[in-house]
Order: sequence, then C-alpha cells, then structure tokens
Amino acid sequence: MLVKIVITPKPEILDPQGKAVAGALKDLGYDEVSDVKVGKYIILKLSPSPGLKLEERVDEMCRRLLANINVESYTVEILEG
Amino acid sequence: MRFGIVVFPGSNCDYDCYWGLKNDLGFQVSFLWHRQRSFEDIDCIILPGGFSYGDYLRSGAIARFSPIMEAVLKHARKGSPIIGICNGFQILTEVGLLPGALLRNESLRFIHRPVHLRIEQQDSKFTKGYSVNRTIELPIAHGDGRYFASQHILTELENEGRILFRYSSPEGRLTAAGNPNGSINNIAGICNSEGNVMGLMPHPERRLNASVGGTDGRPLFMSVAEAFA
Repeated sequence: MLVKIVITPKPEILDPQGKAVAGALKDLGYDEVSDVKVGKYIILKLSPSPGLKLEERVDEMCRRLLANINVESYTVEILEG
Repeated sequence: MRFGIVVFPGSNCDYDCYWGLKNDLGFQVSFLWHRQRSFEDIDCIILPGGFSYGDYLRSGAIARFSPIMEAVLKHARKGSPIIGICNGFQILTEVGLLPGALLRNESLRFIHRPVHLRIEQQDSKFTKGYSVNRTIELPIAHGDGRYFASQHILTELENEGRILFRYSSPEGRLTAAGNPNGSINNIAGICNSEGNVMGLMPHPERRLNASVGGTDGRPLFMSVAEAFA
C-alpha cells in the first residue's frame, strides 16, 4: 500500500522559495501564475497491520515527525494496491 | 560548572564548544553521544551547531528523537540549564522545549558573517553578565535561521521578557538591515518561561578568545555558570 503525503508551508508563512520560483515563472512569461508554494512530497510504502487504523497512524506520523504543524500543513492520500 | 555537549551525527560546532569552554573558560566539559540514554554529573547541557542528520526533513526534526533527548527533557524538567546554539536552537524548537520555528533565511542564502545583537534582558540567567541595551558582536552561520512564531506566542515572549537577543544595527537599533535572515521582530535568541532553557542562532562559542575575533560570547557562559552554580 502506498501513502502519499504533501506538505506545504501554511498560507500565513512567508515562503521565499515559492516567491523565487513565482518570480522565475513570471520572467519566463507565465503571467497567469499569481502565487507559488514549494513544499515536500513524501511517499510511504507500508503494510497495514490489522487492528491499527491506517488513517490515524499516518496522521500521527505527520504530526509527530513529517510536518511541523506550527508552520506547515499536510494532506494525505492513501492508495490501495 | 560541568558542561555536557551532545554530539549528533552531523554536529560540527561540538569541538568549538569543547575547546572554548575548557581552555578559554576553564570549565569541565564532556561529550555526550546522541545514542546515550542517560548522563551523570552534568550541570549544563549544550546542543551544538551543525547539520544533525543532514538537516533532512527539517533542521532538527530527526535529532529531536535521538535516544539522549529523553534525558535532555528530564534535565529541562528538573530546572537545569540547557543551551541550544544554531542547530541546537532548531532542535529545541522541534522537541517543544522552546516555542516557534526556524525557517529558511528570507534571502534563501546560507549566511556566514558577524552580526550585531542587542541584549534585551539583564535578569535572565543567560544574560546577567551583559549590560542591557548594549550590543555585542557574534558570528552567525546558518541557512535556516528565520525565527517565526504566531502572534499569540510573540505576545507571550514579549510580555514575559523571554526574548534575550535581537539582531540590530551596531548602535542597537532594530533595523531591517541589521536583521540578517528575516526573523520576526529581529529575534535571535529566546528562553522558556521557567528561564532554564535558551536557544540562539548566533555562535557565542566562537567568541571566547580575543585571538579568534573577540570575547563577546564569554558573559553568556559565565552568566549560566554563576546563575546555576
């Protein structure tokens, strides 16, 4: 089973990397781009254990280690198979 | 005063701390390996600068789960002193001993140069030896040094007098030009509400001897030694 986690800086946090990328896209003529946020994409491969709630486990992993919830938001996508 | 310097894989200011505290200031110093689960006969813990675990994920995010950190948390709960310098400050915020976070420098550049700092508090156990509103000069060397905290936390830090160092002009004015990394309210160093855990981005351990550029780091360690003797 694959779990995909996307971590981005919270909207109120200044993201200088996103700003720099937005500036570069504008320089290339992509004027339709109004904002860019640069974050992280984490892929977990795991075998769910019976009796443990997968969603809760992954959410706990995000809060404890993968994201810093003071400054980052995350979304989790669980893919079967 | 016996100092214990925690060595993580990727620490690189551990020997600077060791050498300066031992040879320039005459303290007893030992290294503590991050795999240790306990330590004895240590008065003050130092989490040194560097790139623990390669700064993977976020600076300090993995080091905070090192086996030794349980003992470090216990040390903090006892009211014993802990100093986090640079990467050590990042680890202290990740482990929750200090509030806020250290984000990528506003310029996106690694900045390595001396900066001016204004001493904000004289009654803290880490700054007693300095004169308040005086400026000192210490080097910084970091890519992730932009202090950030929510408005609620900032108000708490201000009201409780927990901001100990701010980036400033040489005359002590809080200017944007004097702020190297975009830290909110020019914050360079803070302490917890109990006053025994402190973190700062600049490197006091690199200014303990005139032959290496100055002695502005000395009063910090002397203050701790006196306050927690």
